[in-house]
Amino acid sequence: MALLEVRDLRVSFDTPDGTVHAVRGLSYDVEAGQTLAVVGESGSGKSVSTQTITGLTRGAKVSGTAFFDGTDLITADQSTLRRLRGAQIGMIFQDPLSSLHPQYRIGWQIVEMIRAHDKEISKQAARKRAADLLTLVGIPRAAERIDDYPHQFSGGMRQRVMIAMAMALDPALLIADEPTTALDVTVQAQVLNVMRRLQEQFGTAIILITHDLGVVAEMADEVVVMYAGAVMERAPRRDIFYRNHHPYTQGLLASLPARSGDRLTPIPGTPPSLISLPKGCPFAARCSHVFDKCRAEAPPLIDVARDPRHQSACWLPHENSEAIAS
Amino acid sequence: MTDDVLLKVDDVRKNFPTQSKEVVQAVAGVSLEVHKGETLGLVGETGCGKSTLARCMAHLYDVTSGSVWFEGKDITKLSRKAMRPLRRDVQVIFQDPYGSLNPRRRVGSIIGDPFAIHNIASGNDRKKKVQELMELVGLNPEHYNRFPAEFSGGQRQRIGVARALALRPKLVICDEPVSALDVSIQAQIINLLADLQKEFDLTYVFISHDLSVVRHVSNRIAVMYLGKIVELAPTDELFGQTRHPYTRALLSALPVADPDTADSREQIILGGDIPSATNPPEGCRFHTRCPKARLDCAAGEPPLEPVLTDAYNHQTACFYPLTVGEDLSTAVPDLKAS
Repeated sequence: MALLEVRDLRVSFDTPDGTVHAVRGLSYDVEAGQTLAVVGESGSGKSVSTQTITGLTRGAKVSGTAFFDGTDLITADQSTLRRLRGAQIGMIFQDPLSSLHPQYRIGWQIVEMIRAHDKEISKQAARKRAADLLTLVGIPRAAERIDDYPHQFSGGMRQRVMIAMAMALDPALLIADEPTTALDVTVQAQVLNVMRRLQEQFGTAIILITHDLGVVAEMADEVVVMYAGAVMERAPRRDIFYRNHHPYTQGLLASLPARSGDRLTPIPGTPPSLISLPKGCPFAARCSHVFDKCRAEAPPLIDVARDPRHQSACWLPHENSEAIAS
Repeated sequence: MTDDVLLKVDDVRKNFPTQSKEVVQAVAGVSLEVHKGETLGLVGETGCGKSTLARCMAHLYDVTSGSVWFEGKDITKLSRKAMRPLRRDVQVIFQDPYGSLNPRRRVGSIIGDPFAIHNIASGNDRKKKVQELMELVGLNPEHYNRFPAEFSGGQRQRIGVARALALRPKLVICDEPVSALDVSIQAQIINLLADLQKEFDLTYVFISHDLSVVRHVSNRIAVMYLGKIVELAPTDELFGQTRHPYTRALLSALPVADPDTADSREQIILGGDIPSATNPPEGCRFHTRCPKARLDCAAGEPPLEPVLTDAYNHQTACFYPLTVGEDLSTAVPDLKAS
């Protein structure tokens, strides 16, 4: 059994303009010690899905299940969730400054977090642990800097502090939501390196939410490609880049400047409104391979290769097509 | 100054005062030329001064010292009024398609602003010109009366492009024009900018933190670090024969969307953070993080000049420029006195 099993997750929000269907039937597994990258553009539902799993989408209509180590996170009560968050599931977000309280010292915030989950630990021991954690994520002179305030840290160091806090109680799962998007590229390389090192050391599973296919290529074991609230394709990392099936995956890769010659090949048009989604495949309006069936009926996510981990939601023929037809 | 130089900055410095009476040296002595018809990329990380330099080029800031020349004319000290005719020639496209458009004004009137300011067209004539522009940048001219909020991010950036092109400028400074956009939309805007450059003979200064975007659009690239240019070269040279250790580290840190390359390459992970621009390191500004720094790097500041073996147009500011194929991933700094 996987560490986290998400099945048919649906999330919608009521707004004055109508109901926004942010996540529409999302399923995935996260295996212990592995990195699952969830990639997609703005509004694809990639962040909402993990926020829902961790109980951070108040006021949303939610259905489906998300079993983490035997507990369904969707139906779990607030106290169970609070116990799991931090202790079993660590979280880091894009903007480390807004996740740290500006008026409390870094060390105090980490100690507070450790003691909230571990009632036995003494203040001294927690402080020692906080300093060790800061060293672990590569903060120089951690024993001195533990008494600094967040504004005395650079953006990259703040994100390291967030990683230290998220890893403080040795969680089984780390959810990293665009963790390096606000950072410069040389600092991003440092932070990704820290995440890789900690994963090796502690066997933490990571859900890495990102829009950056470069980061995916560097970090992922498996990849889920989302568009308009649904999974378009799911596959091990190399298959997403070299043996992909879905035209949206192909379009994303073709849009990258590094992969093109003189002229880029963008995906024409813009994503559909999540309030009034078209019938059929959500990508049909922008797809260069579209045919009648695409507009009539949304394709299910099906196996498209001999590797059962590779699935795509597209009507186009695939490696298994003949086997199914006969 | 040769004929094909459109804009030239000469030893430009721009300081900003801080509350604590210190001085942020955002641009600390930069000289470069922008040639007619080219795209010059300016790349670097947060706080390297690339956007400040661009604003100095467009005379949106008064420089602290040094001079800015446009078409052979010193524009450094021009008053706002004297600058006005030049504003037609130099336009800027900004990063944030949300923040740079007034949400309460209709798109047609936003794009029509340049015509109004310069008294070029009014009434139906202006409307016609605006709708031509909208068509040109791929917007539906029938959306003339809509508000910015009714457009997506990519479409808003098209509005910004239309406004910048209204007066047929010679130089367009693009300050992170695609950084806020999703990758599929980003490619649309990059292609649009390329088409317009061809059609109207535009010269671009293209600023971005994203090396892969800059590489795609630029003929030449200037790499900046802490207010200085550390390397300036034609795009292929910069990538093929990187001379400055910082450029190499920047290239190496860029995540590549290709698993085989990602798995096989040796990444150079720089230690530490970018030093403060209020108190930059003595000597070479990069020496505190440089994998191959030596003692004299901390003593004197290397000038930006051509490497002997390279073409004259490949310049770098380093006492120990990299040789082709030099492995920097195992280099160790040596800052001890020998």
